[in-house]
Amino acid sequence: MNALFFVLGIPLLGSLVLALFGHRSFARDVNVLFSLLSFLAACVLTVQVINNGPAWYWSRQFYIDPLNVFLVTLTAFVSLSTAIFSRPYMLIEQDHGKMTPPRMRLYHSMYQLFGFTMLLGFTTNNLGLLWVAMEAATLTTVLLVSVYRTAASLEAAWKYFILCGVGIAQALFGTILLYMAAERVLGPENATLLWTNLNDIKAQLDPTIVTLAFVFLLIGYGTKVGLVPLHSWLPDAHAEGPTPVSAVLSGLLLNVAMYAVLRCKVLTDGALGTAMAGHIMMGFGLLSVTVAAFFLSRQKDVKRMFAYSSIEHMGLITFAFGMGTPVANFAGLLHMTVHSLVKSAIFFTVGHATQKAGTQMMSEIRGLIKVNPTVGWGLMIGVMAILGMPPFGVFASEFLILTTAMREQPWAAPFLFLALVVAFASILVRVLPMVFGDTELKPLAHPPALIPVFAHLLLALVLGLYIPPYLNGWYVQASKMLGS
Amino acid sequence: MSWLGAFSQSLALLTAVLLAPLLTGWVNACRARLQNKKPPSLLQPYRLLHKLFHKDSVMAEHASSLYRSAPYVIFACMLMACAIVPTLSTDLPLSPAADGIALVGLFALARVFMSLAAMDVGTAFGSLGARREMLVGFLAEPALLMVLFCASMITRSTSLTEIVETLAHRDLAIYPSLLLAGVAFTMVSLAENARVPVDNPDTHLELTMIHEALILEYSARHLALLEWAASLKLFVYSGIGLALFFPWGVAEANAPLALLLALPVLVFKLAIGGALMALIETLNAKMRVFRVPEFLGTAFLMAVIGLLVNVLLGVG
Amino acid sequence: MLRHVPQLINLFATLILLLSFAMISQRRIGSLINLFMMQGAALVAASWLLAYATQQPDLYWSGALTLLLKVVFIPWMLQRLIRKLNVRWDVETLINIPTTMLVGIALVIFAFGLALPVSRLSHSMAGGSLGIALACVLLAFMMMITRSKAVPQVIGFLSMENGLIFAATTATNGMPMIVEFGIALDVLVGVLILGVFMFQIREKFDSLDIHHLESLRED
Repeated sequence: MNALFFVLGIPLLGSLVLALFGHRSFARDVNVLFSLLSFLAACVLTVQVINNGPAWYWSRQFYIDPLNVFLVTLTAFVSLSTAIFSRPYMLIEQDHGKMTPPRMRLYHSMYQLFGFTMLLGFTTNNLGLLWVAMEAATLTTVLLVSVYRTAASLEAAWKYFILCGVGIAQALFGTILLYMAAERVLGPENATLLWTNLNDIKAQLDPTIVTLAFVFLLIGYGTKVGLVPLHSWLPDAHAEGPTPVSAVLSGLLLNVAMYAVLRCKVLTDGALGTAMAGHIMMGFGLLSVTVAAFFLSRQKDVKRMFAYSSIEHMGLITFAFGMGTPVANFAGLLHMTVHSLVKSAIFFTVGHATQKAGTQMMSEIRGLIKVNPTVGWGLMIGVMAILGMPPFGVFASEFLILTTAMREQPWAAPFLFLALVVAFASILVRVLPMVFGDTELKPLAHPPALIPVFAHLLLALVLGLYIPPYLNGWYVQASKMLGS
Repeated sequence: MSWLGAFSQSLALLTAVLLAPLLTGWVNACRARLQNKKPPSLLQPYRLLHKLFHKDSVMAEHASSLYRSAPYVIFACMLMACAIVPTLSTDLPLSPAADGIALVGLFALARVFMSLAAMDVGTAFGSLGARREMLVGFLAEPALLMVLFCASMITRSTSLTEIVETLAHRDLAIYPSLLLAGVAFTMVSLAENARVPVDNPDTHLELTMIHEALILEYSARHLALLEWAASLKLFVYSGIGLALFFPWGVAEANAPLALLLALPVLVFKLAIGGALMALIETLNAKMRVFRVPEFLGTAFLMAVIGLLVNVLLGVG
Repeated sequence: MLRHVPQLINLFATLILLLSFAMISQRRIGSLINLFMMQGAALVAASWLLAYATQQPDLYWSGALTLLLKVVFIPWMLQRLIRKLNVRWDVETLINIPTTMLVGIALVIFAFGLALPVSRLSHSMAGGSLGIALACVLLAFMMMITRSKAVPQVIGFLSMENGLIFAATTATNGMPMIVEFGIALDVLVGVLILGVFMFQIREKFDSLDIHHLESLRED
């Protein structure tokens, strides 16, 4: 009974329990409880890794190393805070008549199951199981996105399923090819798909097969990261699902997909010896950043706008990892962390704002500060953070990425800069009227849970100023591993 | 040119000319039996030819020399085709005159003359038939070429006699590309020989006829030649199919005894082939004319895939 | 007999490709499900043949799993679904069928070209069929894009999984069993979810035409 067992087992158990009792009034609290327990288990796991270093579990099928340890804790933390946020939010939604008891059961149990699949994806050492976890995460989020059963949400969920299903199938083909390359060296057993084994022999993998495999894997997992041109599911899924779901999609699912891409990139770089993988990633990243910024400037729905912002940031992260220098990798990892925190905080505030206004159109939301100062200030600070204002963490990572780009890939730096500026202007222009101005909105029936918002923003602020030594150590070690 | 070769060549030609109407009769009889009707006699096509040859020919006033000569040209094309397809023996002295590609060209020549002649007299049915015939042919020809190429890629030659010799001598092996080519070939031969599901050989309705519309204006000996040419075309197509996909039993050069054996084997194979064709005709409904390009497009694409599969798998 | 096994596997591979093409050009949904079932059966036959030839028991289990899922359960469920939803015909596709076929040919050539250098490196005796498997995946993908009704899109998705399992079987004599189980579970759950969705869509829009699901666009 080690910590990993609890980290994985608690969400699974929670999903089963909530499948039975998810419609009761205490279900929301039970949801928070399970998330809290898994967060504690993740903390215990982290402490173990701090003390003892990277570890294998269960005959090497699971592996915790500097790359995924902080992601596991981050996932558990954001799950917890989103569960706390979801308590009053879903209560209000139920009052508004948008949720029925059976759907609440579905929502709660899928929420926990989604947490389980993500943690499984992060901790597994087996590339095949990683694929299974990604597919399972897709399935659970499809159900979560469609939980309101409106016409638009059904459309969003269907499109999401079809597009991501196709993408994930490409990733499966890539995994098969990778297995084929590995089998030639290691033989046809279960141990052949273990990432650590592959990492040891990566120089012996055949370059032709691995090139083809990486292309398929990038296209496949890249669909789930939201890389342009495979991104069209993302805005719809964010806009039509409940806000807690948008928060976990942006904050967590994109990270798992990125993590999967990174694991494959390490193998590819080792097998090929050239920087081809990095170049492809840079291309996709740059494309995503510019296209997302362009689309962002034309959005009228607040959640869609922030969804495009997520695409933009993931594009930036992809570009950073594509460059591949230790500093760029460090910046990418930092950005993954802070983006997750800040974006989910923004979605928390946006969720309450849209609930109050009854609409997601930005032109109809006004004067949040007057009615509910915490929501208004939360949104304002969150937007400042995501747009890269110092001293928040996003500023630090974006600064590092841009300076590395100017040094390593000077031709790309103007595009990045321009895209960031366009996004800055567009979002600010739209958010300022939302926060300030006159309004006739009434306060919410139940007090919103805003501790998560400020907790996230505080963490992002702290990370911008001071990174704890063990976290810094993990970032550095992971950057080295990614760049090698 | 050995005299055995000359003998086998003329025997092949004679067999084709004499047996073709019998094949048509057999297919009609099978079809009738499958549809629970009393079958006509197997010799009925011969009686039809005999009747037609003894009639007087009636022709439109402004029919040109093209119209008059077209039946002879078409019949000659079919005869030539029969001469080069190895049905009884691969020792055909005339075979260097035309390989698989030229064979398709012969069919094209016949089709062009048929269409021109049909348009010549200026009736509505003639133009209708000519248009539809060209529609069918435009897609059927490349499909047939691709089928022949499938076989050629395996045997490294486009000459039909060489193909038969090579394939007959190989070990019994399963060639996926030949499977695809076989399906494509069946579809093409159904289209080219005016069979259901592409064209109903019994119909005279404007909505449905293709081949019948082309020969509507002809009478007496011209009509006889055209009917005979149609039977020969069916015979030749069956011969090509047997040569590509079931080449066993065909005699080689310098084997007079094998030649004797080849005739019953051919009759047996043709009987089965004819029955199968009747079965296909009975099981399918005729498709609408605008669907025919889809049908033939499918055949073409299957043949192309057969070629690609050959390249990919390195084998057949 | 053993000498013929690679040829038989090639034959089944060609059959699977043929069925993929047939599915693209098929208009009637009932026949589409039957074609999908036949494709699953050909896949099972190829797996079992390969299992017999290479003496690997894992492939027997993999074939049995495919049989249970793709030949028995899912077609039965889909038939029940279309009976309840009362869909029979899919009259129009986004592009007409001859053009679809031509695009399909281009995809097949692309897939073959891509896979040729890789399949030469495969150890499995069925290695040459990797290109065919990739072609099946791409053809199924095209079917998903060009169909305007929900049920053919689902069948395209399932056919794509068929192609992937076939790729795994031919390239590497199957994946480790736990991965295969995971994949099968995912596919099963996916189909169940899609089935539920189709009912919801039908309820909301009174039709399963995907064109109704295009209201969310960029302005």
